[in-house]
Amino acid sequence: MNKMELVCPAGSLPALKAAVDNGADTVYMGFRDATNARNFPGLNFDERTAERGIRYAHERGRKVLLALNTYPQPRTWAVWTAAVDRAARLGVDALILADAGLMRYASRTHPGLRLHLSVQGSATSPESIAFYRNKFNIQRVVLPRVLSLSQVRRVVENTDVAVETFAFGSLCVMVEGRCYLSSYATGESPNTCGACSPAKAVRWEETAGGREVRLNQVLIDRYAAGENAGYPVICKGRFEVNGELGYAIEAPTSLSVLDILPELQAIGVQAIKVEGRQRSPAYVAQVTRVLRQALDAVGASPATYAPRSDWIAQLDKVSEGSTHTLGALEREWQ
Amino acid sequence: MKFSLGPVLYFWPKNEVLDFYRQVADWPLDIVYLGETVCAKRRLMRLGDWLEVATQLTAAGKEVVLSSLVLLEADSELKALRQIVDNGHYAVEANDMAAVQLAAGRVPYVAGPQLNIYNGETLALHHDLGASRWVLPVELPHTTLADLQDQRPVGLETEVFAFGRLPLAFSARCFTARTHNLPKDDCQFRCVDYPDGMLLKTQDQRQFLAMNGIQTLSAATSNLIGALPDMAALGVDVVRLSPQSRHMAQIVETFAAVRDGSLEPLAGQTQVATLVSGEVCNGYWHGEAGMDWHGASAQGRRL
Repeated sequence: MNKMELVCPAGSLPALKAAVDNGADTVYMGFRDATNARNFPGLNFDERTAERGIRYAHERGRKVLLALNTYPQPRTWAVWTAAVDRAARLGVDALILADAGLMRYASRTHPGLRLHLSVQGSATSPESIAFYRNKFNIQRVVLPRVLSLSQVRRVVENTDVAVETFAFGSLCVMVEGRCYLSSYATGESPNTCGACSPAKAVRWEETAGGREVRLNQVLIDRYAAGENAGYPVICKGRFEVNGELGYAIEAPTSLSVLDILPELQAIGVQAIKVEGRQRSPAYVAQVTRVLRQALDAVGASPATYAPRSDWIAQLDKVSEGSTHTLGALEREWQ
Repeated sequence: MKFSLGPVLYFWPKNEVLDFYRQVADWPLDIVYLGETVCAKRRLMRLGDWLEVATQLTAAGKEVVLSSLVLLEADSELKALRQIVDNGHYAVEANDMAAVQLAAGRVPYVAGPQLNIYNGETLALHHDLGASRWVLPVELPHTTLADLQDQRPVGLETEVFAFGRLPLAFSARCFTARTHNLPKDDCQFRCVDYPDGMLLKTQDQRQFLAMNGIQTLSAATSNLIGALPDMAALGVDVVRLSPQSRHMAQIVETFAAVRDGSLEPLAGQTQVATLVSGEVCNGYWHGEAGMDWHGASAQGRRL
């Protein structure tokens, strides 16, 4: 049976080290610009830090993936191709790409460079994966968080591309790469700018009715005194539908597959990914440590594996809304 | 410029769908996209039914394109996709790369608005694979379109989504079923009660989004009729109008009148704004937030 690879986020050099030191097999990072889907101020790597990070990981036998998973437009095309070239020069172990055109560029310009299809590429079926395999020889696909466990199994059974699924972190409710909610409200989206709910569009305000948070004038939520307030993404806001107020799309929660790790391994998932390049090194350390222990426990004895309560507690502590879900993997969630 | 009618995104009763397309036959449209693109569970109209509508519309002089599902999850959905691609008669609108994989090199296809074509290299890729037309992603502005038009391979037609609630997101979760406390697997097809989507309002009572099963649309209706002269100047080949349940005939006529020069764009803009439910928007076209209204003539805007 295969041993699943643990892929952890590195939004900074300290986060990268935290991931490596706590047992990540692989880390993924992005450059400090709009070429990746976590384009936040103060985050990500310039060429020098990237070089140091890659060296740190490689010296310890770990792999480094570089996310270039936004969609370049004609005027900025050269920024993205330069990023592909830089990544190749730096010796990353693979590129995580979403844009088909950029994939064509990368496969033609750097035929030896390993390519992964980003979750932002929205591939949910063996046919769409086959497209990227046939055209660009991708070696791995990151599945959008929309498939049930049995659908993930069907994909794994029907493709020769390695499958990576999300294991923990913020839960995208919408098919990744096909969500324009952020740009509808702010003008900037993950696809165009690498940002969902860009910070500059967020406004907090204390009002008589409570603490309000707006995204470019759109009221995303209103919190009563003492209520925990989360970062305002549209899909986790409280809205009114048919006269009823509530989390009409999804409540603040994080994905966690701790409960089903043996199943994921059994169906042949090759790698599991932790979300959160925008999170702190402490978060990365904590989540990586727990998942390392859990994966080792699955590896030792999948039949008797059960998630330890302290693992669950530690992960819930860093989860949105301090709670977790299996998301679409569980049919009832859908 | 040609006009197309996008696929009906909502779940309308079969008799209403058939009645709608009987009317469409007489409208000043060149191209009609047919089929279910949102939810595979909506099976009142089977492929055979769509093909019958296609025959009628072809007889009425329309070019028919069969649209494919955007989010493919189950084996049954892939089987249905194969049947659409292999229909043997009509071109296919590919709304997922699975459809491109099945059509490429075999069947001419339209690269639909969900395929994320943001640059010239991707345009060239689709052209090489046999695409005959591509649709601009709704979030892109006219400036990017202009750049893409400069890089567009010869023979590839460009289509722009110019009217209708904007498709903004897709999910595994059915929001209509969830609102009614029903599991997705026993949704009782409640989306049939929302012929233009189920409104989602902010807590300060602003209409924000429209939920349509697993799809999220804008509550505001995109109205780019005022940009028709700009689109013509940019060499746009096809202007897409996305169906709503009411006043669609008048909307198509108004767009046609502006295109043909018998109605001023601003007058058309005001007229169209009175024919939609809720606000209008055009922010994306101008490089702003999609929900925004840009321009002097917002007087037709209603709340």
